[in-house]
Amino acid sequence: MEPSPETLPQFLLAQAERWGDRRAAIREKEFGIWQAYTWRQYADHVQRFALGLASLGFHRGDKIAVIGDNRPQLYWTMVAAQALGGAPVPVYQDSIAAEMHYVIDHSESRMVVCEDQEQVDKILEMKDKLPAVETVVYDDPKGMRHYDYPFLVGLDRVQELGAEFAARNPGYWDAEVAKGKASDLAIINYTSGTTGFPKGVMISHGALISTARNFLEAEPLDEHDEIMAYLPMAWIGDSFFSLAVIFLSGCTINCPEDASTVRHDFREIGPTMTFAPPRIWENILSQAQVRIEDANWLQRRLTKFFLPLGMRKAKLELEGKPVSAGLRASCRLGRGLVFGPLRDQLGFRRIRAAITGGAALGPEMMQFFRAIGVNLKQLYGATECCAPATLHRDGQVKLETVGPPIPGVEIKLSERGEVLIRTEGLFSGYYKNPEQSAVALKDGWFHTGDAGLFDPDGQLVIIDRVKDVSTLHDGTVFAPQYIENKLKFSVYIKEAVAVGNERPYVAAMVNIDMDVLGNWAERRGIGYSGYTDLAQNPATYDLIHEEVRRTNDTLASSQRVKRFAILHKELDPDDAEITRTRKLRRGFINERYAPIIAALYDPKASRVAVKATVTYEDGRTSETERQVRIMDVEGA
Amino acid sequence: MPGTLAAQSIPDTGPAGGLGRDPLLRVEAITVRFGALQALSAVSVDVHRGEIVAIIGPNGAGKTTLLNVISGFYHPQQGRIVYEGKDRTHLKPFDVAALGIARTFQNVALFKGMTVLDNIMTGRLLKMRGHFLLDALYWGPAKRQELEHRAAAERVIDFLEIQAIRKTPAGRLPYGLQKRVELARALAAEPQLLLLDEPMAGMNVEEKEDMSRFILDVHDEFGTTIVLIEHDMSVVMDISDRVVALDYGRKIADGSPDAVRKDQVVIDAYLGVAHD
Repeated sequence: MEPSPETLPQFLLAQAERWGDRRAAIREKEFGIWQAYTWRQYADHVQRFALGLASLGFHRGDKIAVIGDNRPQLYWTMVAAQALGGAPVPVYQDSIAAEMHYVIDHSESRMVVCEDQEQVDKILEMKDKLPAVETVVYDDPKGMRHYDYPFLVGLDRVQELGAEFAARNPGYWDAEVAKGKASDLAIINYTSGTTGFPKGVMISHGALISTARNFLEAEPLDEHDEIMAYLPMAWIGDSFFSLAVIFLSGCTINCPEDASTVRHDFREIGPTMTFAPPRIWENILSQAQVRIEDANWLQRRLTKFFLPLGMRKAKLELEGKPVSAGLRASCRLGRGLVFGPLRDQLGFRRIRAAITGGAALGPEMMQFFRAIGVNLKQLYGATECCAPATLHRDGQVKLETVGPPIPGVEIKLSERGEVLIRTEGLFSGYYKNPEQSAVALKDGWFHTGDAGLFDPDGQLVIIDRVKDVSTLHDGTVFAPQYIENKLKFSVYIKEAVAVGNERPYVAAMVNIDMDVLGNWAERRGIGYSGYTDLAQNPATYDLIHEEVRRTNDTLASSQRVKRFAILHKELDPDDAEITRTRKLRRGFINERYAPIIAALYDPKASRVAVKATVTYEDGRTSETERQVRIMDVEGA
Repeated sequence: MPGTLAAQSIPDTGPAGGLGRDPLLRVEAITVRFGALQALSAVSVDVHRGEIVAIIGPNGAGKTTLLNVISGFYHPQQGRIVYEGKDRTHLKPFDVAALGIARTFQNVALFKGMTVLDNIMTGRLLKMRGHFLLDALYWGPAKRQELEHRAAAERVIDFLEIQAIRKTPAGRLPYGLQKRVELARALAAEPQLLLLDEPMAGMNVEEKEDMSRFILDVHDEFGTTIVLIEHDMSVVMDISDRVVALDYGRKIADGSPDAVRKDQVVIDAYLGVAHD
């Protein structure tokens, strides 16, 4: 009797044993065609990669940085490192050089795996400052024919080395995989963090596996399910779904051809389950709206008739109220005429569970997707607990909540209202950072830093970060994020920053959504030269004013936004204003936009001149001066 | 895996490795007249295997005419063209294409209503052997052939990173992308000699950088010999091995980019000197 698997590579071998060449483990679209790799092929590739890495000197306990888009080769490398008892460190491929350097250096990675020349070039540039890095491995050789560095190796060569190594060391592979224990480090995910340097979250095989098991209990998947790998590999959500979940459930993961073809590839696959942050759901919704506008007269009329009905039904269901027979009947009709085709157009024909997480999702978004028959649910979690901690269950989806804890996860609130999590799936600490680890992990409870509460049905509601909950002059408590989320529910507003701590009232700075507003401006014949120009256009201000006013209607009078400004530039992770997962870094923002914030509280100011420093990807900076308008909100 | 585009048995000569041997293309003292207009007068240019040669010169200098003569659109009144050691002066454009010479045009010449993929597939036409009945039935060899050519087209799409627009009608693409699609169509023919007529005209800096990188990648990966017309001197200096300068239909310089840039005659031609 084989011992039961404890590590991801052991689970992989079990699936390879079970399915062999009968089912696809991973697919990749290349040369316009979906190329499938079976479980047996997946395991074979991992084995060759692992032995190749071993022959290049990769040992138990070593780290390997992984940079690139979601490619099977990169996943294979990650599992290969784990099979040898090492840990992969996935890195955001669009991060600026300093961030990339920090992660690779801090993790003491001895090897770096790059998808292509673009990433290799970045590493070559900082190679002098990465003393621990001994080998750089690349997948796509294009453009590197004349590169002559002794430490640069192609993945093809790694596989050859693996075959040679296997011949010299028979039995090595089996022995190494068998040595793996649940407590071994499986992966280090660096969280960009809203303050200071990124923290390396150490996650064990046991944590990933138990979390995947818990998740699958709440949301069962099997070998017939298809999911899509298109989220950044450095995000825990990707490692969780693209490695742990598929290894445990046996479902198939699909890698898109290119970042620019994701939506198209998504539709070709028609996944049965998908996970995406709100940003992506918003994109899909605006895409759908553009499609509806561009459709022919009849389709447009039908959509405009049925969609509001569907959204009304979805709203009633979300509020747990009864739906009249008449509304039910017309929605059934709408399903055939409008919702079904629209769902198919968006790639959701087979979707059983669509999950959103990472930030709050607008009610209209939720209603829209549920109206067209996409079972959209909220998930709440953190890198420190391998992604999921709560999840909406079918039939109990509510707008304001993030659902009850998944099986195997305990959640309680501290006296301050902070959400605390205890589960087998917790991280083992921050890499080389015992102080922070001690703060976050106390008596087996992970302190999330999020303020929350439980609703009467035992579902969790997240309000804001504990440290961001603020008070106005008169002592009124308000949660900036709560107000920002409400503002961002407008399709025209991409980002919002609510301010007002120790101030007389709440004010806001917003970013417009360039895709949606660009389209809007085009339809109205409004000319503009770029983001800054359109942002300061009086018509844009009127539009956003209306949106802010509408948002105010849903807020208590003390929480209403009294004045607002549209920022002259988009908040950008390269400028350290938001994290790569689009969380505001308030400290930086308050500092950088201090003149605008001051003007928001100066009743005489209707305009403010700002100097903007723009940081380019290569680290160069430039300065420009802009006028930003301040607007009062009527009725607030 | 962008490996080989196809079996291209080009002798392994580096960028300047073939200089000692016979040139791939020899343009010998060609003269082209349109009525009284002397477009080219006794211009001679050698292009060696594996070289990137840039042709520069003010407007109306005869650059495009020279390219048109090489690709068989015009026939010179005097002089001859030798390709791979054989006289090819009087070939028609499709014969020239069959020899392994592909080109792009100054004003994009794509089939605007056809998808990018179909446009690129037309670059394969000369390699297809049609059979009326089998093609109609899409059966046997016809099917195999179609798949082979599609695979070749897909390798080019991958190489030039245009996956996202594969099914988009060419006419709907922005100008910079149309230029890239034109390059893709030329590459699909697996040329030995690639003629590019102002591949970067009308592009912004970023698009120019992309295009330069693609041209260098093509040269690196497939050893393709490239002759290009370009106005942007910084691009010319960066990517070409040799520069040929034309003015009023005459060759006024031929040498390394640095030498040509410092050449007084070239400077005069560009800045203009008083003709008294």
